[in-house]
Amino acid sequence: MWFLTHTWIMPALMALSFLAILAVGKRLPKKGSEIGVAAVGICFVLALLTAGSWWQHTNDTGESGEHASGVLAVAPGAGDAEEHDPEAFSDVEQGCSRVVDEADHEGNSEKAEADHEGDTEGEEHSSGIAPGESASAESTAVATAEEGEGHAATKPVVRCFTWFDNGPADSSTITVGTMVDGQSVFMLVVVGLISLLVHIYSTDYVNGDRRYTHYFAFLSLFTASMMFFVLAQSTLQMIVGWELVGVCSFALIGHWWEEKPNSNAALKAFLTNRVGDIGLLVGMIILYFAAGRSFSILDINILAASGGISHGLLLVASVCLLAAVMSKSGQFILHTWLPDAMAGPTPVSALIHAATMVVAGIYLVARLYPVFFEGLSIAGSSVNLLAVVGAVTAMFGALLAFVQKDVKKVLAYSTISQLGFMVTALGVGAWTAAMFHLFTHAMFKACLFLGAGSMSHAAHHSFNMVDDYGGLRKIMPRTFWTFIIATGALAGIFPLSGFWSKDEILAGHGTFFSEGGNGTYHVMLAMLIIGAFCTAAYMTRTIWYCFYGEYRGVGTPHESGPRITVPLIILATLGAVVGFLNLPKSIGPINFPESLHTQFEQFVEPVGAYFPSISHAEFNVPLALFSLAVAGLGVLLPYLYYFKGGLAPIRDLSERNALARWGKNVLVNKYYFDWLYTDVITGFVKGPLARAANWFNAKVLDGIVDGVGAGAVVTGQWVYENIDQEVVDGAVNAAGTTATETGGVLRYLQSGRIQQYAALFFAAAALLAGVFVVATG
Amino acid sequence: MTAVIPVMILLPFLGALVIGLTPARRAEVFRPIAVLASGGTAAVAAYVLTQFESGEAGYQFVVDRTWIADLGISMHFGIDGISLFLVLMTAGIFPIAILGAKPHHDPKPYYAWLLILQAGSIGVFCALDLVMFFVFFEIVLVPMYFLIGMWGHGRRTYAATKFFLYTMAGSALMLVGIFALALLQSNATGDPLTFDIVTITDNLAVSTTAGRWIFVALAIAFAVKVPLFPLHTWLPDAHTEAPTAGSVILAAVMLKLGTYGFLRLGIEMLPEASVWAAPVLMTLGVIGLTYGAIAATMQKDLKRLVAYSSVAHLGFIILGMFSLTTQGIEGGVLIMVNHGITTGALFLLVGMIYERRHTRLISELSGLQKVAPVMAAVFTTVMLASVGLPGLNGFPGEFLALLGAFSGARWWGVVAVTGVILAALYLLWAYQRTFHGPLTAENASMKDMTGSEFAVMVPLLALIVFLGIYPTPLLERMEPSVEAVIVHVEESVPGFISPDPGLERRAVGDHGDGAEEGEG
Repeated sequence: MWFLTHTWIMPALMALSFLAILAVGKRLPKKGSEIGVAAVGICFVLALLTAGSWWQHTNDTGESGEHASGVLAVAPGAGDAEEHDPEAFSDVEQGCSRVVDEADHEGNSEKAEADHEGDTEGEEHSSGIAPGESASAESTAVATAEEGEGHAATKPVVRCFTWFDNGPADSSTITVGTMVDGQSVFMLVVVGLISLLVHIYSTDYVNGDRRYTHYFAFLSLFTASMMFFVLAQSTLQMIVGWELVGVCSFALIGHWWEEKPNSNAALKAFLTNRVGDIGLLVGMIILYFAAGRSFSILDINILAASGGISHGLLLVASVCLLAAVMSKSGQFILHTWLPDAMAGPTPVSALIHAATMVVAGIYLVARLYPVFFEGLSIAGSSVNLLAVVGAVTAMFGALLAFVQKDVKKVLAYSTISQLGFMVTALGVGAWTAAMFHLFTHAMFKACLFLGAGSMSHAAHHSFNMVDDYGGLRKIMPRTFWTFIIATGALAGIFPLSGFWSKDEILAGHGTFFSEGGNGTYHVMLAMLIIGAFCTAAYMTRTIWYCFYGEYRGVGTPHESGPRITVPLIILATLGAVVGFLNLPKSIGPINFPESLHTQFEQFVEPVGAYFPSISHAEFNVPLALFSLAVAGLGVLLPYLYYFKGGLAPIRDLSERNALARWGKNVLVNKYYFDWLYTDVITGFVKGPLARAANWFNAKVLDGIVDGVGAGAVVTGQWVYENIDQEVVDGAVNAAGTTATETGGVLRYLQSGRIQQYAALFFAAAALLAGVFVVATG
Repeated sequence: MTAVIPVMILLPFLGALVIGLTPARRAEVFRPIAVLASGGTAAVAAYVLTQFESGEAGYQFVVDRTWIADLGISMHFGIDGISLFLVLMTAGIFPIAILGAKPHHDPKPYYAWLLILQAGSIGVFCALDLVMFFVFFEIVLVPMYFLIGMWGHGRRTYAATKFFLYTMAGSALMLVGIFALALLQSNATGDPLTFDIVTITDNLAVSTTAGRWIFVALAIAFAVKVPLFPLHTWLPDAHTEAPTAGSVILAAVMLKLGTYGFLRLGIEMLPEASVWAAPVLMTLGVIGLTYGAIAATMQKDLKRLVAYSSVAHLGFIILGMFSLTTQGIEGGVLIMVNHGITTGALFLLVGMIYERRHTRLISELSGLQKVAPVMAAVFTTVMLASVGLPGLNGFPGEFLALLGAFSGARWWGVVAVTGVILAALYLLWAYQRTFHGPLTAENASMKDMTGSEFAVMVPLLALIVFLGIYPTPLLERMEPSVEAVIVHVEESVPGFISPDPGLERRAVGDHGDGAEEGEG
C-alpha cells in the first residue's frame, strides 16, 4: 500500500534528476548521465514494486468485496438509481473527488437519489437520446454483469493536495495528486522500463555529443513529465503533464538545432500539438463545468458513466479532446509532425514512440473513457469518429510506410499506423485490447527504433536503408535477430506479442459473421486488416533493405557494443513473450486455467462506477487464422518481390495471381504514394501555411501599417479639429528638438506640454458640459 | 505601520529630489541613489506583504486626510488584496529595471524620471480618491514621455508624441468622467461633494444613463492605457522606441494602470454600467488577444514582437475581468502581475541582445544559443512562461481567465483559446530563428550574459517558477477582495447574478451536486 500512495516519488525523483544534471552534470566524470541512469533505474524498480503492490491490492479487493461489477456500473437512463459501492472508493482520499465525498457524506440518502433520478430523466429528455439506445445500453450492462462475475470493483488509490484555491471555498479547489489504478501502474512500468533502456542505450549512442549533459537532463525531464501525466488525478494536471511532454519533445527533437531542418521539425512538432491543444483546453473546460466544476478525473468519469452529464456535452467534449489526441498521437490529419520528428536522436524517437509523447493521446482517451464511450455512443453503433479516425490512420499510415527510404521514417509511419489500431480499438469499445496493444507495441517498437539506431551507428549515422544499408545480417547478428523478432511481433506473427494484442483488437470489432459486444464495426475491421497486411509487407521490405543483399554504404560496419545490444535483447525478448500476459480464456477447444488467462485485463481494466461497462470479445479462431493468413501474405508478397526479385517465375506469378499483382502494383506504384504524401499531405501543410504567411504579410502587416495610418488619421482629425493646430505643432517641434539637441531640451518640451495640457483640458471642459447636458437633461 | 503607503510614494520622490539636487557632473552617484530609493521602496512593499492580513476583503494600511475640504478631495490611500500585488510588482520591478539597463547619456534626469514614475505608479494603485487617482495617473505620463523621447531609439520623437497624444486624449475624458460622477453623485444624494472612491462605490446614486456615460468616458481613458483594440497603435511604437528600462516599466506597470482602473473605477465603482458594457469589452479583449498574437507573428523586430504580445496578454486580462466571475477577475489580476514579470524579463533580454548586436531584427540574429547558452536558457524559460506553459507563472492566470470566460461567455472563451495557441507560434518561432540555426559571422563574437546581468534576472526567474508552481499565496490574498467585488456587483445590479456557481450556491443556499449548472 505504501507504494500505491507514494507514486509521486517517481516523477519527483526524475524532476530532481533533471535539475541535478543541469546543475552539476558537466562536472561529473560521466557528464551527468550517471544521475539520469540511477534515477530512472530507481524509478523502474519503484514502478515494479508499485505494480506488485497493485496486484496484491486487486487480489485483496477481489477476496473481500463480492460485488459484481454489472450491478455497480449503471447504464445511462436505465432507471436504476445510482448507487456507489461503499467500498469501491474507500482508498480515495478526502477532497480528491467531490462525487465520492458527497456519496460518503450523504450515505446514499433518499433525497440524493431522488434528485439524481430527476436529473437523469431531465437530461434524457433534453438531449433526446433515442429510446432504443438506452435499451441497448441496458443490455450491455447486463452482458457485463454476466461476464464480470468474480470481478470486484477496482479500488483506485487516489491521493491529492490542493494546488490552488480560487473562488468560494469547496467549489473551486484545484487539486494535484496521484490516481493509481491498473492503468496508471502498467503505464508507469512501461515508461520506467523504456526510459531506463533508452538511458543505458544513450550512454553509448550519443557518447561524445556536443550537448551530452543537456541531452540527459531532458531525458529525465521527459520521463518526469510523462509520469506526472500518467499519474494525474485531475484533468488540469493532465494538461500540465501533456504540455510538459510537448516541451521536452521540442527540446529533444531539436537537439541538434544548428541544422535548420532539425529545428524546424521541433517547431513543427510543437506547433502541430498546440493546434490540438485548442481541443484539449476547450474539451477539458467543458468537462470541468459539466462535472459541476471539478477537474477530478474520478468525478468526471463517474458522472459521465452514470448519465450525470448530458450526452450532448459529452459529445462536444469528446470531439474536442479527439483533436488533441489526433495531434499528440499522430492521427490523420494532424500526423504530419511525427515523421519529421525523426530529426531527433534515435533513442529519443524510441522513447517518444514507445512510451511517452505519442501514447499520451491514447492514454488520455483511455483515462477519460466514459466520456468517449458515452459521448460517441460507442456501444451499440457501427461507426463513430474515434473508430473512423483510428482506422483511416491505421490503413493510410501503413501505406505510407512503403515509400520511405529512411528506416526511421518507415518506423514513424508504422507508429502512426499502430496508434491508429489503438485508437480504433478504443473507438469500438475494446479498451483492454487498446491498452494491451500499447503495452506490446511499446516493447517491439522501442526495439525496432533502437535497432535502427544500432544500424546507423554502424553505417556512419545514415538512416537511408535503401542507399546505405544492406547485408547487415552477417555483420550485426544481434541487431539482426532482435530486429527480426520485433518485426515479427509488429506484423502479428504467432505467437509473438503483437499477434495477441492485434487479434484482441480485431476481435473487439465483432467478426464478419457475428456481432461485437460493443457494436459491430465491419468497415473498421476491414480497414485494420488491410493495415495489418501492409504492416507485414513494409516490414519485410525493410528487413530486405537493411539486412540482405550487399552492403551499400561507406566504411566497414560493425556490431554495436553491449550498451546498445543488451537493451535490444531485453526488448526483443519482452516483445516476444509479453503477449502471453493476456491469453484469452480459450482458443477453440483449449481452455486456459484461470491463473493464466486475461491476467493483463484483470490487472489493468477498471471495474466500477468510474468506468463504463464494456463487453469483451472472445478469442475467435477463424478471425485469428484469417488475420494470420493476411500477415503471412503480407510477408510473402514482398518476399517474392524483393528477395526473389528478377526471377522470371515470380513475375509470372504476380501476373497470374490477382492479389499478388495488386500487392506488387502497390509497391511498384510508390510514386502514387509519394504524390499522396508530398502533394496532399505536405502540400496541405505547406500550401496553406505559405499562403497564410502571405496573407499575414499582405493583410496583417500592411493592415497594421494601415491601421497605424488610419489611427493616425482618426486621431489626427480629432486632434487637429478639436485642438489648436499650433499645439500639436508645438509638441512635434519640441519633440523634434529632442532628437537633435538634448541640452536645453527640457525647456522646449515643458512649454509644449503646458500648451497641450491647457488645450486638452479646454476640450475636456467642453465635453464635460456635453455630458452634463446628456446626463441631467 | 499606517504610514507605509506615503512612505512608498514619497521615498522615490525623495530619491528623485536628491538626484535633482546633486550636480550633474557627479555622474557616478545617480545610479546608486536610484537603486537605493527604488530598492528601499521595494523593501517597504515587502514589509507591507508581511503585514497584510490575508482573508480580509477591505482596505488595509488606510490613510485618510482631508486635503481640500470644500471640494471633498482627500488624501485617501489603502491597499486591498487586488492592489497588493500590483504595488509589490511595481515596487519590485523598478530596481530590476534600473539595474538591468543603463542610459547612454544624461544619467541624472534619466534616474530622476524613473523614480518619479515609480512614485506615481504606486500612487495610482493605492489611491482611494478620484482626484488623487487622476493626479497620479497623469503624473506617470510625463516621465514616460521624456524617457521615450530622450533615451529612446530611432523614431523616438514620433513614438513619444503619439504616446502622449493618445493618453492625453483619454485622460481628458477621464477628468470629465470624474467630475461628472462627483457632481451628479452629490446632486443625487444631497451630500456634500466628495471624490472618495470608497464612499461613492458604497452609495452610488447616479442614474443609470449617467452612470453609463461616465463609464464610457472612463473606459476610453483606460482602454487607451491598456491598450485595448483598436486604441492600441501607440503601444508598439512606444515599446519599440523606448529605452530598455522604459519598455520594461511600460509593459510591467503602465499598462496595468488601465486594467486596474477598469477594475477599481469600472467594475467596482460603476457595476451597472460594467455589466452593461461587459459584452463589448469582452469582445474587444478577445479581438485584442487574437489580433495582437497574429500581428506579433509577423514582426521582424524582436522588441516589436514582444510589444504585440503585450496587446494579446492585456486582451486576456480584460476578457477575464469582464466575465464578472471570481475566477475571471482573479485570473485577470494574476495575469497583470505575471505579465509584468515575464514581459519585463523579455524586454530586459531583448535589451541585452540589442546592447551587444545593435540590432533587434530577427533576420540578423541566428544561432545565438551557441555563443550565449545561458542567455538562451533564460530566454527559453521566460518565453515559455509567456506562452503560458503549465508549471510556469503564465499559466494559472490565463487558465483562470479562460474558466471565467467560459462560465460567462462560452464562445469568447473558445476564441480566446486560439489566442493561447498563437502565443506559442510567434514566440517559439522567434526563439527558433534567433537562437537556433547556424551561427553567422556577425553573431559569432556575441558575449553571453555577464554575472551581474544574470543576477538581475534571477529574482524574475525565481518568481516565474515559484508562481507557476504555487500561485496560492497570491490567490488566497486577493480572493476575499475579488469576491467582495463580485458580491458588490450582484447587490448593486438588480437581476445580475455572476455566472459563478460558488456564489450562486451561497446566495441561493443550494446544496445540490452542481452537475446541472455546468450546462448553463
